[in-house]
Amino acid sequence: MKRKPKLKLIWTLIGLALALLHLMPLYIAVTVAFKKTTDLSSRWQFPSYLYWDHFKDAIATGHLLRAFGNSLILTVATATLLVLVGSVTAYPLARIKTRLSRSLMNVILGVMMIPTLSIIVPLYSMMQQFQAINTYWGIILVLTTFNLPLCIFLYANFINTIPKELDEAAKVDGCGSYRLFYQIILPQLKPVTAAVIILKGLKVWNDYEFPLYFMQKPQNQTITLAISHFFSDTSSYFGSASAAALMAVVPVVIIFLALQKNFISGLSEGAVK
Amino acid sequence: MTRNKYTARLQLYSMCIPAFILFGTFVFYPLLRGVRISFTDWNGFSQHYSFIGLDNYRKLIIDPNIRTAFINTLIYGIGSTIVQNVWGLLYALLFNRKFAGRNLVRAAVYLPVLISGLIMGYIWYFLLQYSGGALNDLLTVFGVGPIDWLAEHRRAVGLILFITSLQFVGQSMVIYLAGLQTISKSYYEAAELDGARRWSRFIHITLPLLSPAIITNVTLKLIGGLQLFDLIVALTNGGPGFSTHSFSTLINYLYFVNQNAGYSSTLGLVLFLFIMAITISVNKVLYKREVEY
Repeated sequence: MKRKPKLKLIWTLIGLALALLHLMPLYIAVTVAFKKTTDLSSRWQFPSYLYWDHFKDAIATGHLLRAFGNSLILTVATATLLVLVGSVTAYPLARIKTRLSRSLMNVILGVMMIPTLSIIVPLYSMMQQFQAINTYWGIILVLTTFNLPLCIFLYANFINTIPKELDEAAKVDGCGSYRLFYQIILPQLKPVTAAVIILKGLKVWNDYEFPLYFMQKPQNQTITLAISHFFSDTSSYFGSASAAALMAVVPVVIIFLALQKNFISGLSEGAVK
Repeated sequence: MTRNKYTARLQLYSMCIPAFILFGTFVFYPLLRGVRISFTDWNGFSQHYSFIGLDNYRKLIIDPNIRTAFINTLIYGIGSTIVQNVWGLLYALLFNRKFAGRNLVRAAVYLPVLISGLIMGYIWYFLLQYSGGALNDLLTVFGVGPIDWLAEHRRAVGLILFITSLQFVGQSMVIYLAGLQTISKSYYEAAELDGARRWSRFIHITLPLLSPAIITNVTLKLIGGLQLFDLIVALTNGGPGFSTHSFSTLINYLYFVNQNAGYSSTLGLVLFLFIMAITISVNKVLYKREVEY
């Protein structure tokens, strides 16, 4: 069956219209960020000039670079821990098929459903006792814990697809479980590791709840906190606030465009099998 | 030999220890501690507090703000699950066709998924603002008076649902697109030979074979929607009044602003049980319908 080319053009037009609908909020943010505060023309109208002062202002008054640094530290450290702990935990759970391992897996999936805010009161008071508020290690451990279940799940699904015969052969050669994991299994986990880093890196970068509670000092602020302060404190300077928001989005978008294929497969990895 | 096997297995299980230390410290212990706090009138920082039994639980039942938050949480949770799944599936079917610019369109729909809900909420303020907001600008062109978009609570709740769906529908779409790739073309060819119509092909082939993708999407959206927090904080902060609060934002409010840690903790436990119950029962229904061909 051949379709007429005319019909295809219609799909392209519909597709582009929908694409514009989804990009519209970002477009508005761009026009607000690039317009002078005195420019009262409609936000739909793109300015005939590009005014960069809002961006400079956002960097200077909002301490955005410091916030970028903090978010980067949290993201890299958490993603690293997630890869290490996630893969190590998934291996036995994927390889042993007993009642115990299955119930451990169910416990992990249950943890995935626990809303962050539902235990924030006891968690916060506990962290206070540990003197972990406003420390990097405190929030990194919390972020790791709450993001771990999905990582274990993805790793376990992937390890299930690696043939068991490899393990058996290594065992015959006298290889212990730990060495077996590091030498045989770990090198094969690259695709799912990419997915975990992309998915969870994004999650941690965009996270708001945990930093809101655990990173309250100005010098510890993450990018989401810095932006929320921008919008609530200087509500009259929309231009700078919008510029700050765009600057938080741009690095993510650049990484997305560069790694588009991994991004999409990362998201649907293990989802449809 | 059996002994060897036993130690090998023990060695394997020992690899789970770090993860379970983390879960124990940062999830299970706080959960138990939360139960204890829920029986007190603790304010969140004082050394002194007293046990008040079930008072927090009694208060919870009659508190009208909790009722509103409960209904809103259901709307955000179930609503965004239904809206984003139907919408995402439609997009997946639409953008699975071959047309010029297909990848560009898919990328554009997916792009907002990368952005923090908080930032998206603040950006939407530029559209919804009463004077000078982009939407009201558009309305004036058509001669309709400006609307105070977030002033009326039903409309505000609806807008929150719409904005979060518009932002995250790309995620459902991508998962459904991946699901569609797993369906072999031979099923459709066979059905066509049998003279099955397009609608019946969709109902009898596409939908059942998409069930893994449906399960993933429904679970993801339920968990995300029932926990909705940052978008509400950015858009309405629970207002006007308490009318757009979800459980999550109300817990935050009671703890941070009201300094009612005991009550906030009680609400947290209820939210926890509530989400567990919904997710488990929805999953039971879904897994029952899963098919394999």
